[in-house]
Amino acid sequence: MSDIAASGVPVESTAQRSRFPVHILVFLAPALVIYTAFSIYPLIDTIRLSLYAGDETGARYFVGLGNFTTLLTDPVWADQFWNALRNNLIFFAIHMVVQNGIGLGLAMLLSLPHLTGGSVYRTLLFLPTMLSVVIIGFIWQLILNPLWGIAETLLQAIGLGSLFGPWLGQESTALLTVSLISVWQFVGIPMMLIYAALINIPDDLLDAATVDGAGPFSVFWFVRLPLILPTLGVVSILTFVANFNAFDLIYAIKGALAGPNFSTDILGTFFYRTFFGYQLQMGSPTMGATVATAMLVIILIGVLIYLFGVQRRLQRHTF
Amino acid sequence: MKSLHTKTILRRVAHLAATASLATLAFVGTAAAQTLTIESWRNDDADVWNNKIIPAFNKKHPNIKVQFKADPPTEYNAALNARLAGGTAGDLITCRPFDASLDLFKKGQLVSVNDVKGIENFSDVAKSAWSTDDGSTTFCMPMASVIHGFIYNKEIFDELKLTPPKTMAEFHTVLDKIKADGKYTPIAMGTADQWEAATMGFQNIGVNYWKGEEGRKALIEGKQKFTDPAYVKTFAELASWAPYMGNGYQSQKYPDTQNLFTLGRAAIYPAGSWDVPIFRKDADFEFDAFAPPLPEGASKCYISDHTDIALGINAKSKNVEAAKTFLSWVASPEFAEIYANELPGFFPLSKAKVDVKDPVAAKFVGWRNDCESSIRNSYQILSRGTPNLENELWNVSAQVMNGTMKPEEAAKKVQDGLASWYEPHKK
Repeated sequence: MSDIAASGVPVESTAQRSRFPVHILVFLAPALVIYTAFSIYPLIDTIRLSLYAGDETGARYFVGLGNFTTLLTDPVWADQFWNALRNNLIFFAIHMVVQNGIGLGLAMLLSLPHLTGGSVYRTLLFLPTMLSVVIIGFIWQLILNPLWGIAETLLQAIGLGSLFGPWLGQESTALLTVSLISVWQFVGIPMMLIYAALINIPDDLLDAATVDGAGPFSVFWFVRLPLILPTLGVVSILTFVANFNAFDLIYAIKGALAGPNFSTDILGTFFYRTFFGYQLQMGSPTMGATVATAMLVIILIGVLIYLFGVQRRLQRHTF
Repeated sequence: MKSLHTKTILRRVAHLAATASLATLAFVGTAAAQTLTIESWRNDDADVWNNKIIPAFNKKHPNIKVQFKADPPTEYNAALNARLAGGTAGDLITCRPFDASLDLFKKGQLVSVNDVKGIENFSDVAKSAWSTDDGSTTFCMPMASVIHGFIYNKEIFDELKLTPPKTMAEFHTVLDKIKADGKYTPIAMGTADQWEAATMGFQNIGVNYWKGEEGRKALIEGKQKFTDPAYVKTFAELASWAPYMGNGYQSQKYPDTQNLFTLGRAAIYPAGSWDVPIFRKDADFEFDAFAPPLPEGASKCYISDHTDIALGINAKSKNVEAAKTFLSWVASPEFAEIYANELPGFFPLSKAKVDVKDPVAAKFVGWRNDCESSIRNSYQILSRGTPNLENELWNVSAQVMNGTMKPEEAAKKVQDGLASWYEPHKK
């Protein structure tokens, strides 16, 4: 009995092992096909399109890197591009500092051991994230409206009425205001991610630190923060990618011309104007593809810096 | 004989079956053969199209179903271009004036309407916005134009004993009086949307400064520049409106402006005639209109009577014949009559005499008798390049009114932008 098995089985299993593992292909295929058709192919075709220029009949011809030269050197295009990039960096910086800072703070508060109603706060703080950007834009425009908004009344009630201004309409304040609206909407995401990381830290570690004489600040700084650093890294990169692809909120509030005087123009709105056109401005699919490719490069550079500069140095702990 | 009969029946059955299966296969196609879809940016007018215009058309042509599909105005161009490129656009395309539609025609997405019955009802000026540069081919059937002016709240004017101003000096006296009274905002206008400042401001009053068509053509020919006094003065006049506008007008949007006026909180509203039907519905006070006041020293008046809207045929439409039938009906006096009175503020361009019943809309169109009509100066040819002239005008007009740019700087910025690509301005 055992002899038969010993002589029969090994032969068969070697034959099977040497065969091509078809099942792997079968399992990979759906994701691979869908990902290629809807993500890789459009991406590559966009890059290809950015190397062409079109004329008024719709015919296209190859121009090499000509579009990129125009985008970066022709003052008409370059001014808009650098302006959009600068605004985008400010937009990102505000999110990193304010959104992720507040997110971290809220997560710390939520993870307090004796907090009552924690899940209520959690839900409320996360709620705006689930609302449509159009609704967020509409609500905040109403709140900040100098004619019938409640912001001015509220400020007057606490004696700060003189500080109120048409924040969404001034060149100096529009970008900051729009950024803060976006922060208000999305603060729930870093909060939830960091909160999840914080409650993962075993109480033993915190208790041990306390027993060793660490105060609350030391516990945060030397125990909790190092343990959630990988999560902070993920939050940062998510913020970066989301911010450099942002478009909807600014379009909803300021339109594609991102006024006043392009002070709220970011890469997303610049791309929209270029690709689809605006009012009397004709859309240019090829120039639009160029802007999109430039955005891709910028995002890639950012992600690479994170990957090689930050991610690899992070130490992960499992408990 | 009998066998022949059976054969015929059999053949008929087979034929029917084939047709039926074909029909099922091409279900979408056969359904569309009866239905025309109109692409439009006039989402405000959907009710009028669905309840008045299309039923009136169906009385004469019951076999052609018409569907009205509208996008928000600011998204229309982008959405339409995407649908045309993807081959999913409707049969009838509402045409923006000048280059946006010319571009579609050159790409072969619109067909010529030279042979459509009814095109002879329109003058060359009416057709100019939808013809090739040499005027030989027209590709959209003109529908309507819009006229700029000022709408005012009659009750406020009566209360403060004001009369509609005829000159800019009178205009400012009126504004000062309203401001001194303090109860009402003198001018309902905001700069957040930017186009308000450019069209309701710059184009509205500007025609009187650059003398309508004369100035517009001189700009195209390169004989005038935006840095000429006429244009700088227009910007300067706009800048002088700032103290009369509502609190925080920098972030006031178009709907805010409309509400400010219809709630009776503002006295004067720099208007497009398309606001008339909206105010007719929302305002519960009497309102009237006055033409753009004349600047000092001017005796002749001009109005911005802008060819704004037309209808063309999608070259890929499967129902070109039905679409042509619809277009020739659009060219008929019957359509003009319905359109002018259901949407007072959109004035038919056809030569047919139409009675506009709304008194305020009639007043707008009445200016055509005393003043010279002109179209917006940025629309023909001048917005073909980069930077786009129309976008630049929006930007600088809003900035001038916000006080972040001087009139001379605004004029220079626009001129520099134009000179950077437009040959006649390069010297």
